[in-house]
This record gives sequence, structure tokens and C-alpha cells, in this order.
Amino acid sequence: MDNLQETWVYLSASPLFHLTLTLVAFQASSWLFEKGGRNPLLNPVLGAVILVVVVLLATKTDYATYFEGAQFVHFLLGPATVSLAVPLYRQWRLVRRSALAITVSLLCGSLTAILTAVGIARVAGGSVEVLASIAPKSVTAPVAMAIAEELGGVPSLTAVLVIVTGILGAMIGPMVLTLVGVTDWRARGLAIGTASHGIGTARALQVNETAGAFAGLAMGLNALATALLLPLLWGLLF
Amino acid sequence: MLGYLTLIFLCQLLGELVVGALAWPVPGPVLGMVLLFVFLALRGAVPEGLSQSAGGLQKAMSLLFVPAGTGVMLHFRLLGEALLPLGLGLLISTVATIAVTGLVMSWLSRERADG
Repeated sequence: MDNLQETWVYLSASPLFHLTLTLVAFQASSWLFEKGGRNPLLNPVLGAVILVVVVLLATKTDYATYFEGAQFVHFLLGPATVSLAVPLYRQWRLVRRSALAITVSLLCGSLTAILTAVGIARVAGGSVEVLASIAPKSVTAPVAMAIAEELGGVPSLTAVLVIVTGILGAMIGPMVLTLVGVTDWRARGLAIGTASHGIGTARALQVNETAGAFAGLAMGLNALATALLLPLLWGLLF
Repeated sequence: MLGYLTLIFLCQLLGELVVGALAWPVPGPVLGMVLLFVFLALRGAVPEGLSQSAGGLQKAMSLLFVPAGTGVMLHFRLLGEALLPLGLGLLISTVATIAVTGLVMSWLSRERADG
């Protein structure tokens, strides 16, 4: 019994435990997602996050300790983003043909994301700090955090809002697009990538390569557009 | 395959270096994506090994957001205090952004296809 306890103390402090926890939680939630007929409410990212948080709270582990193990998974986000050049290259003929449409749609989407998030949060009683944290929520996390800091928000809160936005977009995005009658894979991908960055792109890639390529492109372009537009808009609004 | 994984990492590293040195408002990995794209354009085709490495990373992409998402546990109090503005803001804004972008894009692409 003592041996078991010692082993647990050792394991729970080693990166292997929290790395494995992350993988097991994701496998379990993916299994549930498939079993549930890919019901969007059973989104695997959401399920895995809930499972991991429950385990961490139950074992009284703080986030920094968890991240020591989980950082190895987190780190691969960079290379995964770089690798989106492959679907983009394969779809390049389609992309080039609709360059103007992409630019106009992306600017409309980027402005909608900023203005509705700030407007609604303000009407619902959010403080300026909350507004600055939510404003860049559609953009990939590193850029969003830098923008939030520049505007006077809380960068680590922004990171969470970015992830929630991504999960929301992946969950309800396809339904919203079908509801408003958007069936074109290019438009569906561009919309999901603009609104919900990498998490939306990951989901789009699972459904259709054209949608995935347009989503990855939209994610990159919206990071650029928001980084340039939002500080200007913020100066006009506040 | 290992060679192409190295290429992906090199593109990211170069991207991070350039973005850091010139203080550009894009993340290093996004510039890395552009660099890898330039490599593919020069080569004129996607090598099989690169296709496998990229496919592997992309299949696992959803998993990669779990550690950052777990950061939610740091902000339970702040999220609770601003639940209404944050919840409504995220939900309505996400739906509106997806609908507007999708509608404008499909409308503009259709115009082009007709003309």
C-alpha cells in the first residue's frame, strides 16, 4: 500500500501523468462523440476539457502543474498551423479564383466579430476590461492575447474566451450555415475559420478538404485583419 | 517523413524569428504556413512524406487545444462575475460572424459563377 502511494506521488508530479491524462480524456470524449452520432453537443474538445478539469479539481492539482505535462501537446499547435499550407496549396486554384470574394467576406466577418462581441457585451453590462478581453475572441490565441493586452484587457481570460469561441463555432457553425442556406464548401470553410480560428479549422478539415483549406486561410487572414483593424476601431469607440 | 517534419519545424522557427525581429502583428506559425506554402509553390507538388506528416498533425489538431482550454479553471471567478456579457457576447457574435461571412462569400462566389 505504501508502495502504491509512493508511486502515485511520483507519477502525479511527472509530466507523463498529465500528458497521458490529456490524451485519455480526448480519446474518451472522441469515442463518446462517435457513439453519439457526431452530435455537436458532444464536441470532443469540450468533453476533454471538462474531464481534465474535473480530474484536476478532484486531485487538487493546479493548472501550472498540469501544464508541465500538457505543454508537449500544446506545443504542437505551431507545427499544425504551419502544416495547413498543404491543404491550402492543394486548393490554391479555387482560392485564387475567388480572391476578391474572400477579401470582402473576410473583412465583413472580421468587423462583425469585433463589433457584435463588444456591442453585446457592453449592452449586457460588461466593464471596459471585459470588453477589451472579448473583442479579439475570434482570432487565434497568441494574436488575440497580444491585442487584448494592448487594449487593456486580461490576456489569460482572452485565451479562454478564444477557446470557447472556437468550440462554439465548431459546435453550432455548421447548423447556422445550413439554416441560412450556405451550402458552398468554400463559403462554409471561410465562415468557420473567420469566426472560430483553429478549432473551427480542425473541425472543417474533418468534413471536407476544400472547407478545411478555406478555414485555415481565413484563420490566418483574420489574425492579420483583426490585429490591424481592432486597435483603430477601439480608438474610435473609447 | 522525419525530414518533412523537420521542414515544418524550420518554417515555424523562421516565421517566429521574422515576426519577432520585425514586430509584425501575425503569429510566427501563420508566417511559417506562408513559408511552407512558398516551398510548395516552388516545388510544384506536395511530396508524399510531407502529405503524411501534415495529415497526421491535422488529424490530431482538435486534441491540441485541450491544454489551453483547461486554462478555464484559472478564471472561474471572473467568468462567474461577467457571465451574462461574456456568454451573450460570445454566443451571438459567433453566430453572427459565421452567418455574415458565409452569406457574403456564397453570394459573391455565386455572382462570379453566373457572370
